[in-house]
Amino acid sequence: MASDLSGRVALVTGGTRGIGRAIVLALAGAGATVFVGGRSAEAVEAMIAGSAVADRLHPLPFDVADPAAVKAAFMALQKQAGRLDILVNSAGVLKDAVIEMTSTGLMAETLATNLTGTLTCCQYAVRLMGRAGGGSIINLTSIIGRVGYPGHTAYGAAKAGVIGLTISLAREVGGRGIRVNAVAPGTIETDMTAGIPDDKRAALVERIALGRTGQPEDVAPLVLFLAGDGARYISGQVIGVDGAMAM
Amino acid sequence: MKSLAEVFAESLMIDAASVVDSLAYQSIKEWDSVAHMVLVTALEDNFDIMLDADDIVAMSSVAKVRAILAKYDITA
Repeated sequence: MASDLSGRVALVTGGTRGIGRAIVLALAGAGATVFVGGRSAEAVEAMIAGSAVADRLHPLPFDVADPAAVKAAFMALQKQAGRLDILVNSAGVLKDAVIEMTSTGLMAETLATNLTGTLTCCQYAVRLMGRAGGGSIINLTSIIGRVGYPGHTAYGAAKAGVIGLTISLAREVGGRGIRVNAVAPGTIETDMTAGIPDDKRAALVERIALGRTGQPEDVAPLVLFLAGDGARYISGQVIGVDGAMAM
Repeated sequence: MKSLAEVFAESLMIDAASVVDSLAYQSIKEWDSVAHMVLVTALEDNFDIMLDADDIVAMSSVAKVRAILAKYDITA
């Protein structure tokens, strides 16, 4: 079922690259007005300038790990658009480290961006969506948050936290017409995974039933569906987009 | 722009005369958790601000709300 998002207002954090960028383009392609979040104002502007749907995109640079910046961003969005219908929490950081070398700083950064940032954005989104009578929140988690992976203790903890956040929030705000779901990608070709050595990449592909790594455009259609009315009875779910990957 | 007392009175559906500094959250049946969020929205709309979670939790009385608004350079 194709989603028609004409008249809807969306915010995508981490919208300048990879999966977030593909989601921005998919939502705008379906008619939504999309606010593009990202830490770098230059990167946000460049992403919009290079897009074929630039007329539906608005820059909203902010760091999800900075609570004051999140607050300012949502206030700016409210002033500009007057409403929020769709939030996609796609901002994330991934740094490999075995448990003994997971520094306090790495833990803090990983949790602040991937988990606390998602939670803070959800807080403000719920308030704006509640005013409009409902909305859809889609949180990007990861296959690592569901089944784990060596060297990703902090990342796995954060992404598992996003799953817990999603299912609890879905139960809390369903009565206000707000749906909350999580999407759990497997190995997707983005800047975040570009550093995987060839031998490890080949080993990963062997674990994927569909025989290839994913592309950001493989993830975006699910987010588009969850954002739209076709998913009106779907909430509190965690849906994998991993090509049937066994970790 | 409405006065703080007017915002309180409309949000909690109480008489403006009863909006005094000592009026506390959950001290009357009209100021429950649901009305609290109605009040938050009304304050944000009226004073053109966005309150954060710490503000919302700290809004334990009319006097506290007045103090929080002062953080946003609003004299109410």
